[in-house]
Amino acid sequence: MSFLRIQNISHTYFTKKSAKTALSSISLDIEEGSFISFLGPSGCGKTTLLSIISGLLNPSSGQVLVEGRPIQEAEEPLIGYMLQQDYLFPWKTIEENILLGLRILNKSNEISRKKTFRLLKEIGLEGTENQYPKQLSGGMKQRVALVRTLAADPKLLLLDEPFSALDFQTKLRLEDLVSATLKSFGKTAILVTHDIGEAIAMSDTICLFSSNPGQIYKQISVPEQLRNLTPFEARAHPEYASLFQTVWKELENLEK
Amino acid sequence: MKSKSTHIEQLHKQYIESLIREKRIVRTYQLFIFAFFFSVWELSSRLEWVDPLIFSSPSKIIELLLTKIQDGSIFTHIGYTVFETILGFILGTLSGTLLAAILWWSPLVSKVLDPYLVILNAMPKVALGPILIVALGPGFTSIIAMGAIISVIITTIVVYTSFREVDPNYMKVLQTFGASRFVCFKEAILPACFPTIISTLKVNVGLSWVGVIVGEFLVSQQGLGYLIIYGFQVFNFSLVLMSLLIIAVFATIMYQLVEYLERKMIKSSNQ
Ligand SMILES: Nc1ncnc2c1ncn2[C@@H]1O[C@H](COP(=O)(O)OP(=O)(O)OP(=O)(O)O)[C@@H](O)[C@H]1O
Ligand SMILES: [Mg+2]
Repeated sequence: MSFLRIQNISHTYFTKKSAKTALSSISLDIEEGSFISFLGPSGCGKTTLLSIISGLLNPSSGQVLVEGRPIQEAEEPLIGYMLQQDYLFPWKTIEENILLGLRILNKSNEISRKKTFRLLKEIGLEGTENQYPKQLSGGMKQRVALVRTLAADPKLLLLDEPFSALDFQTKLRLEDLVSATLKSFGKTAILVTHDIGEAIAMSDTICLFSSNPGQIYKQISVPEQLRNLTPFEARAHPEYASLFQTVWKELENLEK
Repeated sequence: MKSKSTHIEQLHKQYIESLIREKRIVRTYQLFIFAFFFSVWELSSRLEWVDPLIFSSPSKIIELLLTKIQDGSIFTHIGYTVFETILGFILGTLSGTLLAAILWWSPLVSKVLDPYLVILNAMPKVALGPILIVALGPGFTSIIAMGAIISVIITTIVVYTSFREVDPNYMKVLQTFGASRFVCFKEAILPACFPTIISTLKVNVGLSWVGVIVGEFLVSQQGLGYLIIYGFQVFNFSLVLMSLLIIAVFATIMYQLVEYLERKMIKSSNQ
């Protein structure tokens, strides 16, 4: 059985004036340890789907099962959700920010704290513990947010355009870093992005979404050769260019 | 290169000197206005350009103050008023913030109470004075209640509004870790609104003085407000003006203290 099962999810937003169907009968199975990207036009419901998977939003119909159980019933934090911006708490130091999840989950102990600080070090931010978020650059904050999400040790990571606010170089570097970190811990991840290249370089499977209402239009599997490379190396591989063309064409078809 | 840098140093020195000079000028004028005001007052009272019975004079006020200091009675009055004001101010701010938290906690309650808040906010609170005195008795409970009630509704409205304006994504971050509503409030909402709460303190200090003085007018037992009303009734305007000056001094001190507190807190909250 799959690690994550998204079963026939539909969601409609109601406001006084309108009812907007953001998602319509989405079904998807995701295996443990795999990396999925969601690619699609703005407003097709990607963020909505992530909110539903994380349990922050109840779908109008359908259900999400993680390891065979509804997400609300899990006692462990199975899911780490990294929002589109870093949302570090400006009045907390970096240390307080990254330990926040552990503290709320009552899992703060010597070992888990040590692990978190090691993570911060690996991500290249040793020595920033006592600083405040506004003393860091955008890319550094993004990395801290990643540490905060990983610190709680979730099995499934939801990443909503985590690299969109970064300059190209930082973005490439972070892609490699995230990819390596997730692989080494064997995490399952879902990445929302607008960047075709990023989707190809990082993931095992790409889900193309069509809008109005949001549906999965197509699933494209990334060839084995690319999966085993780091995102940066993958971008230089010949397969990359041809897959890029394919995805590009599909997206163009989608708009028609 | 070297001469250029010494030149810049010199300019910088000149700039600092000009700042100091300006500050000195400002202080001189301020002192002058102070001295001018009181000497004209003294003079016009002595020469009877104005009615000395009504406008008194600085020397008479000081004389009165000295006798009141000698018999110690002024300290009781100051003590009462300052105590009532501080308590009213703290109570008003705390209960306003607490009410705001309740409104935030339950959207239904906040919707239900909305029109009442509007009405209560629009109403002049001092008009409630007589009712408070009947309800709580003519003592300092009613006066403190006046000091608090005058600031509680506006605090509620301002703080509640800022609670609602906190970016909901901060709460989402906490909720992904399974945080309860209480944890969300404690970790995200309250600290995010700290600057707003502190700035309401400044407004509330002023409001509490109004509430307490009016309360003392009505209760008429003790305090600087009572001295004003008493002096008015026995036509002792030296007493009225003396109390007024003392109120001005203490209100200023309290306001400065709160401002100092604000600077400290804001600084520590966004280092
Ligand atoms: N709270 C809400 N109330 C009403 N409608 C909403 C709400 N949130 C999203 N929508 C609508 O649902 C649709 C999907 O929104 P969603 O944020 O999931 O899109 P998205 O794919 O993440 O877009 P983007 O790529 O721009 O981030 C949009 O048409 C949006 O207008
Ligand atoms: Mg989105």
